[in-house]
Formats: sequence, C-alpha cells, structure tokens
Amino acid sequence: MKRILFSICLLVGLASFSMAQSAQYEGAMTKQVALLDDSTNFNPDKLLEIANTFERIGAAEKTQWLPFYYASYCYVMSSLMQKNNDKVDDLSDKAAVNIEQAEAISPKNDEISCVKSLIATSRIRVDPMSRGMKYGMESASLLVQANQINQENPRVYMLQGQSLFFTPEQFGGSKTEAKKKFEVALQKFSTFKPASSIAPHWGEAYTKGLLAQIK
Amino acid sequence: MKHFNLILLTLLLPVCMMGQQRISGKITDSKKRPLQGVNIAIKDTYDGATSGADGSYSFTTDSKGSQYITATLLGYTSQEQKIFITGPQEVNIIMRNNINDLKVVTISAGSFEASDEGKTTVLKPLDIVTTAGAGADIVNALKTLPGTQQTNDREGLFVRGGTGYETQTFIDGMMVRNPFFSGLPDQPGRGRFSPFLFKGTTFSSGGYSAQYGQGLSSALILESTDLPQRSSYTLGASVIGINGGLEELMKDKKGSFGVEADYTNLGPYLGVVKPKYAFSKDPEIIGTSANFRRKTSSTGMIKFYGYYNRTNMGTIRPSLEYPGFDELFELKNQNVYTNLTYKESLGHDWKLNAGFSFSANTDDINLDTLQKSSPLQGKNQSQLTQARVVLTKGFGQYSVLRFGGEYQYGVEKSNFGGWRANYVDNYTAGFIESDIYITPRLVGRVGGRAEYTSIISKANIAPRASLAYRLTANSQVSFAYGEFYQKPEQQYLRFKHDLGFTRATHYIASYQLVSKNYTFRVEGFYKKYHDLVKTGIDTSTSGTGYAKGIEVFWRDKKTLKNTDYWISYSYLDTKRNYLNYPFEVQPDFAAKHTLSVVYKYYIPAITTNLGVTYSFSTGRPYYNPNLPENKFMSEKTMTYNSVGVSASYLTSIRKAFTIFVLSVSNAPNIKQVYGYRYSTDKLRRQEIVPNMPRFIYLGMFMNFGVDRRQDVINNL
Repeated sequence: MKRILFSICLLVGLASFSMAQSAQYEGAMTKQVALLDDSTNFNPDKLLEIANTFERIGAAEKTQWLPFYYASYCYVMSSLMQKNNDKVDDLSDKAAVNIEQAEAISPKNDEISCVKSLIATSRIRVDPMSRGMKYGMESASLLVQANQINQENPRVYMLQGQSLFFTPEQFGGSKTEAKKKFEVALQKFSTFKPASSIAPHWGEAYTKGLLAQIK
Repeated sequence: MKHFNLILLTLLLPVCMMGQQRISGKITDSKKRPLQGVNIAIKDTYDGATSGADGSYSFTTDSKGSQYITATLLGYTSQEQKIFITGPQEVNIIMRNNINDLKVVTISAGSFEASDEGKTTVLKPLDIVTTAGAGADIVNALKTLPGTQQTNDREGLFVRGGTGYETQTFIDGMMVRNPFFSGLPDQPGRGRFSPFLFKGTTFSSGGYSAQYGQGLSSALILESTDLPQRSSYTLGASVIGINGGLEELMKDKKGSFGVEADYTNLGPYLGVVKPKYAFSKDPEIIGTSANFRRKTSSTGMIKFYGYYNRTNMGTIRPSLEYPGFDELFELKNQNVYTNLTYKESLGHDWKLNAGFSFSANTDDINLDTLQKSSPLQGKNQSQLTQARVVLTKGFGQYSVLRFGGEYQYGVEKSNFGGWRANYVDNYTAGFIESDIYITPRLVGRVGGRAEYTSIISKANIAPRASLAYRLTANSQVSFAYGEFYQKPEQQYLRFKHDLGFTRATHYIASYQLVSKNYTFRVEGFYKKYHDLVKTGIDTSTSGTGYAKGIEVFWRDKKTLKNTDYWISYSYLDTKRNYLNYPFEVQPDFAAKHTLSVVYKYYIPAITTNLGVTYSFSTGRPYYNPNLPENKFMSEKTMTYNSVGVSASYLTSIRKAFTIFVLSVSNAPNIKQVYGYRYSTDKLRRQEIVPNMPRFIYLGMFMNFGVDRRQDVINNL
C-alpha cells in the first residue's frame, strides 16, 4: 500500500514537474513574443538580443519549432534593418540555420516558407546586380509554396504585396498590384486565427501602414 | 499523515529546488576587447543573457550543481565551460575567432575565379562581362584583367608573353577546338559563347591545374549553368540583327531544355557607317544552339549543349604588292560544337565527372588579286572528338585527390589551291593531383600530367605544384610552379611530323586581399620558354624565350556611391627567338605596359546604367625589313588608347522586361595602329588598323518570364 501511494506521489510529482516545464515554455514564449509585438523593440540590436533568448529556449526544447522560427524571424528582420551591408550575409546565415532547424521539426509549414522567403529577399541587398535574379525568384517561389500549403495565411499575400511595393516599376513592381495583395491580406487577417497565442501572428499593422502609403 | 507529508513534499519538490543564483561576468575576445551580443546560456535551460556593449552580462538561474555554460557569437567559435553552481558566481569567457569554411585558404596563384559560390570571389560571372565596349564577349571582357594583352588585330587571348594559341578554352572540362569565330585578316574573331551559358569562369594566367593540358600560357575554364529557376522567352533586335530563344523548365523541375537562334547582318549598318575597306560580302552570321539538362538523382546531372554557326563575309582592299589593284578575301565558315557531360556522387566521398564532345570546323577561303590573277581557293577542316573521365575522392574536411584521363581524336585537313596536307592525331593524357590541407591556413597542391600524341610520336610528363597560406581572414600569399607542354600549331604539323612538344615553365608568387567590397592583388611571375617552333630552312622546335612581369589589380565596389570600378596594370618583359626571328627579341604581340580601367555607374532615379572602359598599352614592336638584321623588331607602333562607353535604360513593356542599349566602342575615335605590313620589295608599307575603328550599337531586348535585363546591362 505504501509503495502504491509512494508511486502515486511520485507520478503526481513528475506530472507537476513536467507541467511546470510546459508552463515555463508557454510563459517564456509568451513573454518573448510579446516583446516582438511591441514595436519599440523593433531595432536591429534589440532583435538580436531577443533572437538569443529564442535560441536558448530552442536549445532546451528540442521538439518545438516555434523558438527556432522566432529566432530566425528576429535574425532576418535585424538583417533587413541593418544600415551596413557587411552584416547581412552573416545574419541571413544565422536565420537560415534556425529556420532549417524549425523545418526539420515541422516540415511543410507555410509560416516557415514565409520566413525563408524573407531570408532570400534580404540576401539580394548585398549585391543586387548579380544576386537579384537568383534570390528574387527563390523568394517568390517560396511564397507560392507557402500559399499552396495554406491559402488562408495572410502573411503570404502581405509579403507578395511588399515585394511588389518596394520593387521599382521598371523591374516589374506595381503599387496598384501591391494594393490588391494588401487588401486580400487584410481580409485574411480579419479571419485568421493563430493556432495559439504564441503562434505567428505578425504583419497586420505593417500591412495597414504600407496600404496607407498607397492611398 | 506521513504519507500526506510525502505527497506534499513531492508536489513542492520543483518549488523547493528554486533558489535562484546570479551568474555574471564579462565576455572578451582574445585581445581582451569586450564583445557585445554574445548569447550566454546554461546548457539545456532557458537561463541566460546577451552581453552588453561593455561585454558584461548577468542573469539568474535555478540550476544548481555541475552545469555547462555556453557562449555563442557570429564569427567566433562557440565556447562551453563547466561550472559548479553553489552561490552567486562570476564567469568570464574569452571567445576565439572562427576559422570557418569560407575563410579557408584556396589555391589562387595565377588565377581569377568568377563564381557565385564563394561570397568573396574576385569577380562574379556577370562582372567579367561588365565592360563597356566588350560587346558581350567573354574574351574581350577578360582583356580588362591583368596579364592580358590588348591585341585587337588577331584572334585569341594573349597572356603573359604568350600567343593566342597558347590559351586553351574548356567547357565543363572539355576542350573547345575553335572557341573563336573565324575572322578576316587583321581582325580578331569574337568568342562563340554567350556569357549567360556559364555560372562560373576561371581565367588562369599561369600555373593551372594538372587537369588541363595543351596550353603553354593560360587556361580559360568555363562551367555551364545548372537548371533554370523557371521557363523564360527572349526576343531581341539591334542595328545588326535579331535573336530569339526559349528555355523551358520541365514540370517535374528536374529537367530543362532550351533553343536559341540569331541572325546578324552588317549590311544595313555598313550602308550608314562606311568601313575603311569595303566589304565584297557584308558579314552575315546565322547561329542556333540547343541545350538539355536532366537531374538523374539528387546528386547526378546530365547536360548537353550544342550549337551550329554559319558565317559568310568578304573584303576588298587595295593591294600592297600590286599598286592599283585590289585584293579580295572571302570566307565561309561552318562550325558545330557538342558537349555531353555527366556528374554523380558515388558515395564514400567519391565523385565522378565524365564527358564527351565533338566539334567540326570548316573554313572556305577565296583569295584573288582582282583583274591580275585567277582566284586561289583554300579549305581548312578540323574535327575533334574527345572523351574524359575524372574521379575525385575527398579526405577529411577539405583535402581531395583527383585523377583521370582523356582521349582526343583530331582530324586536320587542308587544301590550298589543290595542294593537300592532311593528318590525324591521337592524343591521350592522364593526370593525378591532390589538394592537401596541412591546416585550414595552409594548402598544398601537387600533381602531374602525362601526355602522348601520335602525330609527333612523343610523350611528356608535366609536374605541377602550388602552395597557398592564409595570412589573415581576408589575405593570403600563394606560390605556383608548373611545366606546361603543347603540340606545335596545326600549320607546322601539317608539313612536318617529327617536331617535339613546345614547353614552358611557370613560377608565380602572389599576394591578395579580398573582402566583400574591395579586392587587391599583386602577382609576379617568371616564365621560361623551351622548344618553341623555329621556321626557316628546316622547321624545328629549337626556339627559346622568357617572360617576366608584375601585375596589379584593384577593385572597389563601395567607396563611391552606386559605383563599381576596377583597375588592372601589367608590366611585361618578354623576349623570344622563334619562327623566323634571328635572335631573342620582344615579339610583335607584346606591349611592355598595359592598363585598363572599368567604371560602372548606376542612376536609380531613371533606372539607367552608364559604363566606361579605358584601355591603354605602350607601343608594340614591328618588323621593318629596310633595317639591318640587328635592328630586327626595334621599331615600335604608337601607344594604344581606347575608350568604350555604354548606356542602358530599363523599362517594362506590358509583361516584358525590356532594356534599351546604346554602346560605342572607341568612342572618341582615337587612331589605333597595330603594326605595319611591307611589300616584298620593301618599298611600300600598309598600316594594320581596325576596319571599323568605332562601332555604334543600338539594341532592344525583351524577356518574358524571367527578368534578365540586369544580365544584358552587365554585358555592355
């Protein structure tokens, strides 16, 4: 009897421990994702600091794709915001390593394809003359891939619109086409339900901002 | 009750374990400078921090006892340190610079590599054709690199005191027998290959790998592109012709095929801009090409490329021998080239590369001193069939062993006014070579090549060696030595079969500094020629010679906004005693000083690119038969100056990416004299000058599916 009771105690203890672990994960992720939702943190250095935290979480939670996904997202966003081209490739490499880890855990993931598309976009900047064609097409085809996985993901339309928005018209960009994409994106944002509070949900405010620049 | 306590204890266990400890410290590099942004963590926990601007960090952790603390930062080797947590603790960590793959030393003496693979290669594939006035010709663009000569009156790439024949062209390892269009006298033939076919180009001005042979001076190694990203279609029109093409990516994305056709006719242009010498037949070129690529597995690929070209042209110029009469020169050329290659990884670090190629070239020449003699017909035909296999085995992280062999079957036929001189040659070669990394900073390449050629019934063994040492992350020094053998030129072999191999020995030392935005290279070389062809009463391989010099290259993509420029300077001291030369003397294709400046400027507001290329070289020796023999080649031509300019405007017409191009070679119309030709009686002489000193090109290109406008711009 004693033994049974002891076993139960132990089981309960272990369960509470693992629940604590999971609660710790949720808690840490919620806190970090909240940092990303705060636009004051959107500067290249702060993003790298947040990326570090996501990397630490990822290293401890080897079966969760979100920490790697967010680490990659932070690196690529920091890369896109760098004033100096010298760091772009290194940061893109870091972003790529993290997103590949995320993809190994969660293959065929539209959110992951979106970040991969962003990484390709960021690499163009280093040498648009010789990289533009290769990475431009890679970026576009990744978005097509993401769209095939999930047609309801608003970020796909937002990124397609962004690419049209920032590409000069002579190179195939178009503000009116971008506007159409942004409008679809906003419509999808209004119905989009993130799988959880820490699942990717960025981009709506940014889309509105860009759309406002067209009107 | 006891049990209840136990349960309580178990439930509270996680809580009881909490007792937070503060870990703090400072992160520096090996020179004690603080490092910012380092990710510090207790291994397998969330606990950690990012170091601040002064390198310091602090965080609290629940972990206790024996733990690992890790520190990671881009560009540095990750550190892991064992700590024992009992109370607050200070942990200082020193980070070391990372020697990663990209910073591993590479063999670089004597070669300029253009590829997309490395991030800091000296030139990108497109860069090598980014040259105003180069007219989308790979070889013309390469003439802006150090080591090359501005020889624009004859065919080929003249490198470091070598003739055009001493440079060999290879596509995916396979030799190309006729890489240039057959030209008119005193005019260079253009290269036959579009730069867009290649993803990588290595221009080696000496000391190159034992994989390649039969080039005394230089090897131009071209690597064809893999599968396209998507299907595309092109259309183009210019003042001299039209072209169109398509490239289809197959549905399964594992294969592609493409066809291209172009038609060029200088007639309408010549109606407006008169050349120095009239054309009896306006130059006309019909070209077609096809390619096919197929992935056979995740690592295997089959590639086919083939083209067929046909040219027809003729000039009439005043006769030097017979004043008052005209000389007619007419040329019809047909050329076929096919190349089939296969590569596959065999597992256990073994790789296979195999290839097969066939080419055929026919030149029909018609010579006539009009109203004075009857026409004289000549015909040259050559065929080359080649098979090649290379096996590569990787050792450790970087070292490799390569070996393989090749066989060439060549048929040369010539017929001049009924006089025939034909021959067949069987050439076999084997090579072995190893890149040995002693450390990531130090690499040695040793190897050799053995060859046998049946036409002269001779064999040779050519040892080669290179060494490179990386000084800092961006700089390295390299050395190279090698023996290079080549068969005498076809025109001598036709008449005499008991000649030997010609030979050159290379010694090269170089220093290079390459970062993302700047490149600096300085290279010195000494090349000793042995057994060059001597003509005269009895043709033999008893000629001698040498070439030595210093070359400097500087490229800057950053200092000036929207500007990319490079400067090449070459100093060349060369003498040779070959052909009919009476003693060792500076040959007529070599200039002492050569300089090139390439400048590109992009104006984003009007999406227009401007480019200027300036080329200079000092005068070249020429032979004046009126002078005594001890003054042979003592006179020099005027200095050579050329300025090419180009402008291109990018736009979109409906769904087509469109570009308008204007390019002018030798824009200021500077007079250029490449040499003089004397009549047999030595009384009259004729300047050797370009037939069209300035060429104005205006064109429009449209692309559907893929934006290739940037390629076209870079081609100017």
